[in-house]
Amino acid sequence: MIQLDGVERVFRLGDEEVHALREVKLHFEEGAYVSIMGSSGSGKSTLLNIVGLLDRPNAGEYRLDGVPTTELADDQQADVRRHKIGFVFQSFHLIPRLTAAENVELPLMLAGVDPDERRKRVDAALENMGLSDRARHRPSQLSGGQRQRAAIARAVIMQPRIILADEPTGNLDHVSGGVVIETLENLNRQGITLVVVTHDPEVGERSRRQVHMMDGYVISDSAA
Amino acid sequence: MTFEDVVRYSSRSITGFRVRTALLLLAMSIGVASVVLLTTLGEGARRYIVNEFAELGTHLLVVLPGRSETTGGPPPLLGTTPRDLTLDDAMALYRSSAVRHVAPLTLGSAPASWRDREREINVLGSTRALYPVRQLEVAQGQFLPEGDPSRAASVCVMGQNVKRELFGNRNALGEWIRLNDRRFRVIGVLAEKGQSIGMDFTEVVIIPVASAQALFNTSSLLRILIQAKSRDDVSGAKNDVLDIIQARHEGDDDVTVIAQDAVLATFDRIFKALTLTVAGIAAISLAVAGILIMNVMLVSVSQRTSEIGLLKAVGARRRQILSVFLMESALLSLAGAAIGLVVALVGAGVLVRIFPGFPLQIPAWSFFSAVGVALFTGLVFGLAPARRAAKLDPVWALTGRG
Repeated sequence: MIQLDGVERVFRLGDEEVHALREVKLHFEEGAYVSIMGSSGSGKSTLLNIVGLLDRPNAGEYRLDGVPTTELADDQQADVRRHKIGFVFQSFHLIPRLTAAENVELPLMLAGVDPDERRKRVDAALENMGLSDRARHRPSQLSGGQRQRAAIARAVIMQPRIILADEPTGNLDHVSGGVVIETLENLNRQGITLVVVTHDPEVGERSRRQVHMMDGYVISDSAA
Repeated sequence: MTFEDVVRYSSRSITGFRVRTALLLLAMSIGVASVVLLTTLGEGARRYIVNEFAELGTHLLVVLPGRSETTGGPPPLLGTTPRDLTLDDAMALYRSSAVRHVAPLTLGSAPASWRDREREINVLGSTRALYPVRQLEVAQGQFLPEGDPSRAASVCVMGQNVKRELFGNRNALGEWIRLNDRRFRVIGVLAEKGQSIGMDFTEVVIIPVASAQALFNTSSLLRILIQAKSRDDVSGAKNDVLDIIQARHEGDDDVTVIAQDAVLATFDRIFKALTLTVAGIAAISLAVAGILIMNVMLVSVSQRTSEIGLLKAVGARRRQILSVFLMESALLSLAGAAIGLVVALVGAGVLVRIFPGFPLQIPAWSFFSAVGVALFTGLVFGLAPARRAAKLDPVWALTGRG
């Protein structure tokens, strides 16, 4: 479902050109569980951003469900993100002044879902994440693990088919990191495609497929 | 995203950033309060002056003896003593078809007494015509009767203060008072009308012009008040008056005719200009408030880049981000305007206490325009930051490099 072909991404830093991605050719099937590993600066986050339609390649083609995405306008890409992709970030990106429930509700609100329907789905999502008793708490009143689980609830609230997680355990201790990974793996078991970017080998080895990157190149792919 | 959602989301961020909100509300309320207060002051000053002049009547012409020279050059070698205006001059003016009323006027002061009470008093000699010309009202009795103006009837009409000082609470009608060595029967008391330019009608006694001329031993008039038939007849009446007096004064053009209408119009213009100036000052204060709003909103956009990045990641379109930020400015502006209006009302109340009698009233247009302009500036100055937010690159925004 995710098909990258000859994808290049070049950043310009002053006079210098930095090749974040070079000739990347990858194919992830529906329901895949992939980890993208590499040291910092290897291009793994840039890859995730391009897969998540937050960024555009300078060259090459990216097809999502067979549809070329590079030609889509910003708002069309926003629609694709809204319906097909859920993001989980290292720093959670919860809005501090909103409660956990309101944070989870955000994508539904942007999509214009009816308020009654929203409440039902938010309650269900929070319950799945074991956060029902934390619904009215603000992010500052939640532990790191709870925050990340709230973020996951937000990522799945639109029932996307892809979850993109950028260092989901990076800000968490070992135990809560483990809970978060298990939560994500559970979603994968339900059929959601899961792509995890990490530099932690312990996290990476749990996936069925590992992609290693260095200097913008894919240097190894366990599926190849 | 429904309208309610936008409002709810925006109000959450308004209540979430207290200091920023307080700053913006302060700026906007100062802007709005100064718009309303300054225009109120301007409008009050304009009305005050216009009222003062309107007291004279709108179709009024005043004839003064003597020529007011407005040309330059050396003074004439022979001192010109203008001819006096006489009662006959005044009555001759009725020949003009543009004239409705002619009220000759003499003024002097004389001791007035009733029983053991006595005081010095201004005595005004005129005719029945003064009543419509100066738009007088009587509280009791009647005004001077119609009739031959050269007949020196011994009747008088007195102002409220004069009545109070001579008679107290007693009835004055039908009583005889003494002015100098002559006796006059009180036939009317004027209604309280207050100050009008040049003459306080509460402090005078009005008697027939012929009686006043006899009392002060003069045949001249201080001035002649003329009411033209309509506003359009004012300039015709002015020409007729000049012609008639010139013919009667052996060809000498020795009177001055002032049309109040022109004075009124001039003052109206002057004070419209004043109001505009005041509105200009107010507009500047709103613009300053608007720029402050823009700066604070820009800061708010850069503080919230990661929030904007997140909104984009979860599928917010440009329009949605734009509308959230515009709604924020709009809500802040409206709240600021509301506070500003309250401040203006309180301020106007204080001013009324300090300057009673000054016709201070917040003009309705300034109320609505202040709110409208506040909303407008809020949106205009909120647009640039909102567009900036909507255009942010999501990756850049999410990594919080902004």
